[in-house]
Amino acid sequence: MTNSSHTNVLDIRNLSIEFSTTRGRLKALRDVTLTVPKQKIVGLVGESGCGKSTVIFSILNLMAENASITNGEVVFEGQDILKMSAQQLQSLRGDRISMVFQDPMTSLNPVLSIETQMIDIQYRSSANKKEKRKRAADMLDHVGIPDAIHRLKSYPHQFSGGMRQRISIAMALLAKPALLLADEPTTALDATLEAQIVHRLRQLQKDLACSILFVSHHLGLIAELCDQVVVMYAGEVVEAGDVRDIFHRAAHPYTQALLECDPARIEKATRNLPTIPGDIPDLVNLPSGCIFQNRCSKKVKECTTSSPPGYRISPTHTANCFLLAKGDDI
Amino acid sequence: MTALLEAENIRIRFRSKNKVRALLDRDPDPFIDAVCGVSLDIKEGETVALVGESGAGKTTLARSIIGLETPQEGSILFQGQQLCGLPDRAFKPFRKDIAMMFQDPIGCLSPRLKVRSLVTEPFKIHGIKNIDVRAEAIRLLEMVGLTEAFAGRYPHQLSGGQARRVGVARALALSPKLIVADEPTAGLDVSVQGEVLNLMARLQDETKVSFLIITHNLSIVRHISHRMAIMYLGRFVEQGNSQDIFAHPCHPYTKGLLAANPNPDPDKQKEHIELKGEVPSLMSRPSGCEFHTRCPFAQDRCQVEAPPVTEVIPGHRISCHYPL
Repeated sequence: MTNSSHTNVLDIRNLSIEFSTTRGRLKALRDVTLTVPKQKIVGLVGESGCGKSTVIFSILNLMAENASITNGEVVFEGQDILKMSAQQLQSLRGDRISMVFQDPMTSLNPVLSIETQMIDIQYRSSANKKEKRKRAADMLDHVGIPDAIHRLKSYPHQFSGGMRQRISIAMALLAKPALLLADEPTTALDATLEAQIVHRLRQLQKDLACSILFVSHHLGLIAELCDQVVVMYAGEVVEAGDVRDIFHRAAHPYTQALLECDPARIEKATRNLPTIPGDIPDLVNLPSGCIFQNRCSKKVKECTTSSPPGYRISPTHTANCFLLAKGDDI
Repeated sequence: MTALLEAENIRIRFRSKNKVRALLDRDPDPFIDAVCGVSLDIKEGETVALVGESGAGKTTLARSIIGLETPQEGSILFQGQQLCGLPDRAFKPFRKDIAMMFQDPIGCLSPRLKVRSLVTEPFKIHGIKNIDVRAEAIRLLEMVGLTEAFAGRYPHQLSGGQARRVGVARALALSPKLIVADEPTAGLDVSVQGEVLNLMARLQDETKVSFLIITHNLSIVRHISHRMAIMYLGRFVEQGNSQDIFAHPCHPYTKGLLAANPNPDPDKQKEHIELKGEVPSLMSRPSGCEFHTRCPFAQDRCQVEAPPVTEVIPGHRISCHYPL
């Protein structure tokens, strides 16, 4: 464990989060464990409502008021974020950990110029304004905005969607964070821009030697960008491994079904696309046993009674499913 | 198969400046062409996909087919009858035969109406009285695979996929001959996306309805459409049989779009012909071939001379000086 704190930027261990609602306590995350190693891009994939965003917000400790953390820790560079004071957190956010949000139309302030916003965000730096402006222009140049020095004076509405998302990435990277959280940063963009942004992110990650936790439901993007992949379903991590483990040797029936459903993977044109029948279970009244049992085509007897432990398939690959019982428990 | 809809040379313009501004700027042509000389036909029982980046004019073209935009030029024949220039009142009967599924599945359902009223609203609008509304609602919901219990729900009690199904049910209410579906799977998870697309395919087999699907998701176009048209700055750059285009895209833009779609296999990343920059503004269209600013294969001629439309094989049309 001491060793892992040196190689991992982020260690989320056994994290459980509940939301109190009028219907009862909604168990949004249950026993989530995931790690982001240094200088790696980790993809967090899952369908809507699986808890991807809850994980992201727990890392910044930006939880809604009705949320309570019932168990677990979020260790960033050796320190548990969940035990930090508000002041400690503030010094972390936007500096060591920064974030790119989903919608570039709303994450920039419309009434301030890009220059003002990019200088303001460097408030921690002791550099003078001229240096800060220079750094802002350099970073804009780095993310691929042509004629950066002159574009600094512009306002967000004068940029297109792809440009705005690049500006948000530039702002997030200005402080040279150790960890960049990207919450579906390309869903609001066209496919051609999506490809551009993803290539840019890969390049930036190499240049700045940071780690990225990339949240998406787009399997193609995850395959292209990430080194490691964590698959979530209904608030639990069901499978984790290297990108090739997940895309070539998926072990959990949910991951397998999810990959099968992707029309981009089906070589022959078909008018009958595979689906995953059924709905995700109610997270207020959880069924006993495996969370995926009601939609699983490979259900066995144990699945209805107890939840499957994690099995280690290879040194890099784990999955929670009874079908893997021959492997070693973690 | 006979053509159900024939649109010829459609041009839709929007005013870009008000009259006073245009006068002050001495601008003789204060308009932008959102759709510019586009021809399209849809046959009975066929699915045609319109593909392109945002701002290409896909939605504007689709809206003109159901009469929500009026083309300045061109003609739209639906079963031989001219739709262009019809006043609203005269258009109404055609809306029984041409239905629209709007982009936002929940936003297009009135939040104050229950699903039962939503799916039977078309009967009310068209004054069809001699039907059993309750039975009709159940029949429509069954068609899209929803149980009777959903009839009593409000839109906010539906998931994205269920709301989409209600949208399909409502579009089907009057047994239309053509359904225009604007981004039918946007915002849906992959596991649900398949359900909606399978439903549409099944209904097409059963009722011979035609679909015009607008999407930027190329991986679904390959599976569901018979023919496709790729739009760029209000024009078709390539049009033809979907299988042919996927097997051998002739226009560099089509190739770029296909390459931009990442392959969900870490070892099989495609060759990337990255399209530079973004879609130019309609206010200042590039000269010559309008794609030359982003085209990796552009040559001098492309900057000055607009390419004519040529037919590679019958039905497969492109406009490019140097097709691939």
